[in-house]
Amino acid sequence: MSDATTTKATGGLLGWVDARFPLTKMWNEHIAEYYAPKNFNFWYYFGSLALIVLVNQLLTGIWLTMNYNPSAEGAFASVEYIMRDVEWGWLIRYMHSTGASAFFVVVYLHMFRALMYGSYQKPRELIWIFGMMIYLLLMAEAFMGYLLPWGQMSFWGAQVIISLFGAIPGVGEQLALWIRGDYNISGVTLNRFFALHVVALPLALVGLVVFHILALHEVGSNNPDGVDIKKNKDSSGKPKDGIPFHPYYTVKDTFGLGVFLIFFAAVVFFAPEMGGLFLEPPNFEPANPLQTPEHIAPVWYFTAFYSILRAVPDKFGGVVLMGLAIFMLFLLPWIDRGKVRSIRYRGLGHKVALGLFAAAFVFLSYLGLKAPSDIIVGFTVTLWAQIWTVVYFGFFVFLYVYTAFGFERTKPVPERVTD
Amino acid sequence: MKKIALALLLLLVSSVAFSAGGYADLMKARVDVSDEASLQRGAALFTNLCISCHSAKYVRWNALPDALGVSMEMVEDNLIYGSYQEGNMMRAAMREADAERWFGASAPDLSLTARSRGADWVYTYLNSFYRDPDASAGWNNTLLVNSSMPHVLWTLQGVPEAKFEEVGDEIAVAGIRVSEQQAGMLSEEEFQQATRDITNFMAFLAEPVRAKRQEIGVWVIGFLVIFTILAYLLKREYWRDIH
Repeated sequence: MSDATTTKATGGLLGWVDARFPLTKMWNEHIAEYYAPKNFNFWYYFGSLALIVLVNQLLTGIWLTMNYNPSAEGAFASVEYIMRDVEWGWLIRYMHSTGASAFFVVVYLHMFRALMYGSYQKPRELIWIFGMMIYLLLMAEAFMGYLLPWGQMSFWGAQVIISLFGAIPGVGEQLALWIRGDYNISGVTLNRFFALHVVALPLALVGLVVFHILALHEVGSNNPDGVDIKKNKDSSGKPKDGIPFHPYYTVKDTFGLGVFLIFFAAVVFFAPEMGGLFLEPPNFEPANPLQTPEHIAPVWYFTAFYSILRAVPDKFGGVVLMGLAIFMLFLLPWIDRGKVRSIRYRGLGHKVALGLFAAAFVFLSYLGLKAPSDIIVGFTVTLWAQIWTVVYFGFFVFLYVYTAFGFERTKPVPERVTD
Repeated sequence: MKKIALALLLLLVSSVAFSAGGYADLMKARVDVSDEASLQRGAALFTNLCISCHSAKYVRWNALPDALGVSMEMVEDNLIYGSYQEGNMMRAAMREADAERWFGASAPDLSLTARSRGADWVYTYLNSFYRDPDASAGWNNTLLVNSSMPHVLWTLQGVPEAKFEEVGDEIAVAGIRVSEQQAGMLSEEEFQQATRDITNFMAFLAEPVRAKRQEIGVWVIGFLVIFTILAYLLKREYWRDIH
């Protein structure tokens, strides 16, 4: 705000650096003079939280790698060694395992925010695409990381998921073999998953996060009103409804971080298994290729897609539909033809549809934890999953028809942000 | 919007509650790994009766003194049978090849059983043996049917006999009872306490840091609450001029 932040430092060490590297320029562009709408609400905490969870995963991951042994013979024992003999190893491991689930909690809420306020709409399509690529990589990262403890669920979960590739006609079996590097999940698979989990995917993830943020700062942040704050600028060219990210949002996000960490610490210190959701009980048994666990279920953050997979009687059809469930989200900016961004001013139809879509995701996630033949309120899990799968995909069909053919009755969008 | 957030949170919490189920009729072990007396009794029973066949190969003997509230000398003198060297793991006396020959299966390692099966399962299992003349070892178990493990605790419990009843076409165990003529060294309540102590000790074996992490957790969350309050006050101060 003051002149001190806008004038470039010329003397001292900072001046020396600035003459050679755009340090002050970058700080100003992305933090001190990045103008964000002043009306961010609860839902806007999850972007910075996702970044912090990523840092948590990277740091705890580095320290876990120092004591982990990526071999079929030693993996399970080395995790127990970390849990028991390494100083504070248990804390590092629980922070990493809880962080994995926290990452998905935060990312799902972050994505839902984008759906509610139309943050994927023009001109933010690329932010959304980068975000979806981050999500896709995150799923690969989580899946490969889950094999590393080499427990029963690690082994059989990977077995089930990799065998899905085998359902692809023609090349399927060869493809599954190529991914495993062996005829069965083995130490070979473990080693390549380890390499991808600790080097390749994190590198790509960090790069994509940079793209995600650069794209965001290029077009500017959306807000709960979906108003373009750049349309109303004062005489000095600053958006009237914008405030500098630092100190206003750095200090606000610090508060948000505090609240998040209370929940995070509650899980790490008092319920690291989260009732079997974050750490599944069968994974405390070493991988045994000769003994299939009674009930194989992926970790909770995959179960919505697992439900969609199981809802289709044909295996290949299920794989296709599961892939489509994620791919549809990539297309969202072009499916939604609406001109109004925020749910506050959109038609009732869209509000109901989005509510149903969120409900479908939650219920599919729940159903994915159950055995297909279980009965819930009179129907089998499979039938429920089929119903909610239709709702899930129905959202995209409805949204296109609703917005492309002019059925939506929107409310007038205000000129300026409202609160 | 806050209502939606709350609804989502409730859904998440309720799904946790739903998925926590599993075995329906397990007895409640109510483990408390901070109960040193119970851990000491459990350790004595475990090292007398279990470890001759079952290892706890991920656990070092020197992890015991802290949790049990005793010195390493006491552990060496009272719990370790045979020679001990610093850093040794809790190995079983029985060799795997012998186990295969005698019981048809090796005795599973017990380091993590209280986590993989759950403490309630372990507690129920120890209370579910009954005499079965048809079984090779002379014992059977209602929770793990045709388990090859003999009822090692029978001198304590006595000889439990099963009562059978017909359920449809099948014959099922309706209940287990120890008659007065075949009573063991302990009463029914005492035996349940003894098995609870073993279960408690196994919960410690499965996660030695459990008591410590809960103790530390209170301080961590206390700090975070103060930090968050200060962060909130700071935020309010900064945002005073934003309207």
